[in-house]
Amino acid sequence: MVKPTSRFVGRITVTQDEEEIVRPLGQESLLLRGARLKNTKEIFGVAIYTGMESKMALNYKCKSQKRSAVEKSMNTFLIIYLGILLFEAILSTILKYAWQAENQWDEPFYNQKTEQERNSSPILKFISDFLAFLVLYNFIIPISLYVTVEMQKFLGSFFICWDLDLYHEESDQKAQVNTSDLNEELGQVEYVFTDKTGTLTENEMHFRECSINGAKYREVNGKLVPEGMNDDSPDGCTPQLIGEELLFLKAVSLCHTVQISYDQPDGLGGGGESFSHANGFSSNNMEYYASSPDEKALVEAAKRIGVAFTRCSGETMEIRTFGKTEKYKLLHLLEFDADRRRMSVILQTPSGGKVLFTKGAESAVLPFTTSGEIEKTRLHVDEFALKGLRTLVVACRHFSPEEYIDVDKHLSAARTALQQREEKLQEAFNYIERDLQLLGATGVEDKLQDKVQETIEALRLAGIKVWVLTGDKHETAVSVSLSCGHFHRTMNILELLQQRSDNDCAEQLRRLARRINEDHVIQHGLVVDGASLSLALREHEKLFMEVCKNCSAVLCCRMAPLQKAKVVRLWKTSPEKPITLAIGDGANDVSMIQEAHVGIGIMGKEGRQAVRNSDYAIARFKFLAKLLLVHGHFYYIRIATLVQYFFYKNVCFITPQFLYQFFCLFSQQTLYDSVYLTLYNICFTSLPILVYSLFEQLVHPHVLQNKPGLYRDISRNSLLSFRTFLYWTLLGFCHAFIFFFGSYIMIGEDKSLMGNGQILRANRQLMFGNWTFGTLVFTVMVITVTLKLALETHFWTWMNHFVTWGSIAFYFIFSLFYGGIIWPFLHTQDMYFVFVQLLSSGSAWFAIIIIIITCLFPDVVKKVFYRHLQPTGTQKSQSLSAPQTQTLSCVESLCCYQHGQSGCSRLASLLEQVSGPCQAADCHASSRSNRSWSDTENFYSNDRSILTLSPMESTHC
Amino acid sequence: MVTQVKGFANRPDNTAFTQQRLPAWQPMLSAGIVIPGFVLIGLAFIGIGVALFVTSKSIQVLEMDYTGVNQDSACYKCSDPNPETCMCQLNFTIDSLLKGPVFFYYGLSNYFQNYRRYTVSKDGDQLSGNLANFLSPSSTCSPYEYDSNTKPIVPCGSIANSKFNDTFKLYQTFNNGTKKLVPFDGKGIAWWTDYNIKYRNPSVTPLRNAFNGTVKPIFWPLPAYELDPKDPANNGFINQDFLVWMRTAALPDFRKLYRRITAPDYAQGLSPGSYMLEIEYNYPVLSFGGRKTVVFSNVSWMGGKNDFLGIAYLVIGSMCVLMSIVMLIVYAKFKFPEEE
Repeated sequence: MVKPTSRFVGRITVTQDEEEIVRPLGQESLLLRGARLKNTKEIFGVAIYTGMESKMALNYKCKSQKRSAVEKSMNTFLIIYLGILLFEAILSTILKYAWQAENQWDEPFYNQKTEQERNSSPILKFISDFLAFLVLYNFIIPISLYVTVEMQKFLGSFFICWDLDLYHEESDQKAQVNTSDLNEELGQVEYVFTDKTGTLTENEMHFRECSINGAKYREVNGKLVPEGMNDDSPDGCTPQLIGEELLFLKAVSLCHTVQISYDQPDGLGGGGESFSHANGFSSNNMEYYASSPDEKALVEAAKRIGVAFTRCSGETMEIRTFGKTEKYKLLHLLEFDADRRRMSVILQTPSGGKVLFTKGAESAVLPFTTSGEIEKTRLHVDEFALKGLRTLVVACRHFSPEEYIDVDKHLSAARTALQQREEKLQEAFNYIERDLQLLGATGVEDKLQDKVQETIEALRLAGIKVWVLTGDKHETAVSVSLSCGHFHRTMNILELLQQRSDNDCAEQLRRLARRINEDHVIQHGLVVDGASLSLALREHEKLFMEVCKNCSAVLCCRMAPLQKAKVVRLWKTSPEKPITLAIGDGANDVSMIQEAHVGIGIMGKEGRQAVRNSDYAIARFKFLAKLLLVHGHFYYIRIATLVQYFFYKNVCFITPQFLYQFFCLFSQQTLYDSVYLTLYNICFTSLPILVYSLFEQLVHPHVLQNKPGLYRDISRNSLLSFRTFLYWTLLGFCHAFIFFFGSYIMIGEDKSLMGNGQILRANRQLMFGNWTFGTLVFTVMVITVTLKLALETHFWTWMNHFVTWGSIAFYFIFSLFYGGIIWPFLHTQDMYFVFVQLLSSGSAWFAIIIIIITCLFPDVVKKVFYRHLQPTGTQKSQSLSAPQTQTLSCVESLCCYQHGQSGCSRLASLLEQVSGPCQAADCHASSRSNRSWSDTENFYSNDRSILTLSPMESTHC
Repeated sequence: MVTQVKGFANRPDNTAFTQQRLPAWQPMLSAGIVIPGFVLIGLAFIGIGVALFVTSKSIQVLEMDYTGVNQDSACYKCSDPNPETCMCQLNFTIDSLLKGPVFFYYGLSNYFQNYRRYTVSKDGDQLSGNLANFLSPSSTCSPYEYDSNTKPIVPCGSIANSKFNDTFKLYQTFNNGTKKLVPFDGKGIAWWTDYNIKYRNPSVTPLRNAFNGTVKPIFWPLPAYELDPKDPANNGFINQDFLVWMRTAALPDFRKLYRRITAPDYAQGLSPGSYMLEIEYNYPVLSFGGRKTVVFSNVSWMGGKNDFLGIAYLVIGSMCVLMSIVMLIVYAKFKFPEEE
């Protein structure tokens, strides 16, 4: 036994009646951990890999940790702040010693050192001073930021699960969040790599057309109708199926790996009973299960037409052809694999002959056919593909007894080989699957999902480039791309197909690049196939990327799963480092989903692998628009402000402490009481920002969804750019300076007034001490920092009101309480009545008010000027969306605060009379949104990517 | 029906909270709202500013340095650092009535009461009258924990040890050479809570018994229980001068309240004329470049003299008005940006 995960090769030796029977074991006989037993009561097995060796555990380990762009910039900021911290500590230490060089400062008569202090070594003192400053200033590193960010992400991710717009009613599935770490990354996506089958399409296959022996047929009402014939063929008469047609249908209904499940309550009677059912032709209760939906569609279609696959037990397959049951013995199954792109079965016909049926992609089967209408079929296959149908080619080979013995020998040898079994199997398969007789081709339709076109359009307007990566053949992929709006008719479609050599590929790339340069006006779409892609990526990565960047849509067809991941990685690591998103539904998309910054799984029909490996899972592709444009936007704004605000408020917090050192001989005297130091981040300023980061909505969700252009406002991590970081940090320092020197001056312009607190009460002249001074600074700081966030808040729910005003109120109540009691367990009662004394001074109130206003005044002015002179798109749409809600919401929020939802109803009815029913407002909103959609186009009309697009055209294609 | 319900088992709740549709007030900081707000705030601030500034201007302050650095200053003879007590007299005249109530302060500069080692150098338990801490003071008091004979110092620590000990007497002098004592009121100069709650003498009578086995602070001439021989309620830890000193100043240049002038003769203030301040000069400050001052000042409804508060209100108020005018121009010119 070799490898536990992707390949499994084994051999089992059973001794029966002293005779050794050797049987091969392959991937198909391996049950992975987590598999569920179905269709059978029991199974015998041997545990071969357990615990951490099981595939699930190994995969779990391999999954790499994804970190969002916000987190990365957060870490950069943190390093800068660490630098500031070290700088401040070193500066303070150096200044301390510069100051203390003179004895009169170091040790005046009133402030003698202890013996121990005098005798300790200077180096040790220096180090301990440095460490003491580090401790004093350490709050500048916002430890609580990480706690708050985690809480915000965890709690915030519930909104995705709860969103009704992301809930799919038909399948009863809501959005699923597997990791909350990437919420904000949803607002940063620049490239979307999407799978086609099952992601853009429903993955619900319907058999539409077939080509049998060079003639085209359509399926109409369970009958095969030759092309050109009328639908309503003479009724009552059973269609006369000629030999080739029958053989074709038999091949279709035999060459597959479909399982049958009998839809009945599974009694204890077990197998026998269900067989009797099957024999009783209660075929209505029969359901097909297949790993590939194409196969299922084909088998079902064959059944409708008259060749039903009715039973599969062990090595017998049973079909019923127009009422006549035929039993075939399954001799060998040549499994499907992605390299061969075909599968075969070898059967023993009821008459005893041995026959091979092969089914596969046309490129994988046609080269091995020797007879049949090859050219016509190839033509038909291309036609099917142009219509967007998925095509398969069916062929057969009849063995003579000698041939079969030879084949059997080959196969058995390969299957039981221990070394290089796979290579040997490949050889054997290739040996068998040749000299085929072409029977025909099938065309299966995969319906597009709902609103795919609108979604792709919205993503494009949002500045996101969409790539479709599919395993389908080029024609199918292009036609689906056209129908889903990924490509449109006005696009100039460039092709990089079937490149055989490096040089050709490079030449073609250069030609394409030249064409793009020549033709600026029109949009370009690029089609690449897997083989050409690997050539292009091998040597001409840069050229290829250059071409791709200038194309507004790229389609990659004939892609192997690993190639998908490779494309994603290539883009991820390109110099611009764009944020990529991969979306897919099947196991073949897993590698891509794991590779991309954000992986999204579609809860489709191809099992749960993609969902399990994804970061987010949604039921339909169309939900992607809301997920990115609304949720992504919200989360990004929320967390970006959260991060910046945290740095800001800690700068505000600790800089006065730093400044105070200049006035206390760098003796590490704290400005604030230790309780205040501890509670600042925990109680006084924590909740408003948390609530903000959970509920903030800069723009109404409808507007965000209908004006995808707003997504560009936040692209490329713009809210965490170095400029905004600098703004917040400088703002923090400015505010801190105003807090400190404001308090310093207000208490008395003449420094000497400071000490006695002359300013306090007129009738009784009491004095301020250092703790009163610190408390004044702290009070001003708590209020300013809270109000600064209030200025940033645009969406005031009752919770915002509650925590914002509550925080300030809590600070006052707490301070009164804390200063109002002699705490028995504290050694010094430094803060006793300090707060009350401070507030009992009228001038202190005047000072508090003026300092707060001075801090916030420039900020308000700046905001107003920016809004009017240089508004962002987001701000423009704010004023669009606001008037509807603004007038009522204040009242509403108040009433909800008191009575909850139900309490509102009385007031709501009252409001309805005043303002018209809510419904009307909603309608208004939607009509407005329609209008704003076209607004956006005008707005971004200078953007080349949407220049030629208008709603008319997009509906056309 | 049952299956129907079961079929939508995963459907999220349709509530305002889960759908992020909570009713909300969405204010926008646009010129339309901000301009009137700014005008209102600006006008209010200018009003307050004028009131504060006028009030502050009306407060009279008389400050005199008596460190004795210059040869011509009255206390020059006392400035050399000898331990002997030295008396000096400071003569000054008041030109116009210094309206009462008048407060008398001493001021120190370059004096770092906020040095960390200094601010912690006291024993809170001892000062709240805990007798156990009389005999074993807290180690924070070091190096003024025990004297050289390892007897505990009460009150211990640097702050208490360095208590300001200059004393002042004010006389009004008349042309005929007579002088009249201006009585000082030493009550109510400390925080009420410090005097009544935070600082407590041990409940031992007479108070001196509580101090058995302890020594007075090294720099003090008299033990704590003999600070005020006239008033027994002003002794020990609740001596008002001591309380004032124990509340450490925030900055290196500070004033502390020494006395109030409340005697009936001077309740209206210090009338114009000549005065003489008799100083018992004990406290050395020149060793660390300090200065000592005395200050006579009256107060107003807003407290002590502070021109800056009024100026700040005036500046911010006029900035608000100015900005609202600028905004009005911008607003008129650009209107709503979305109308472009």
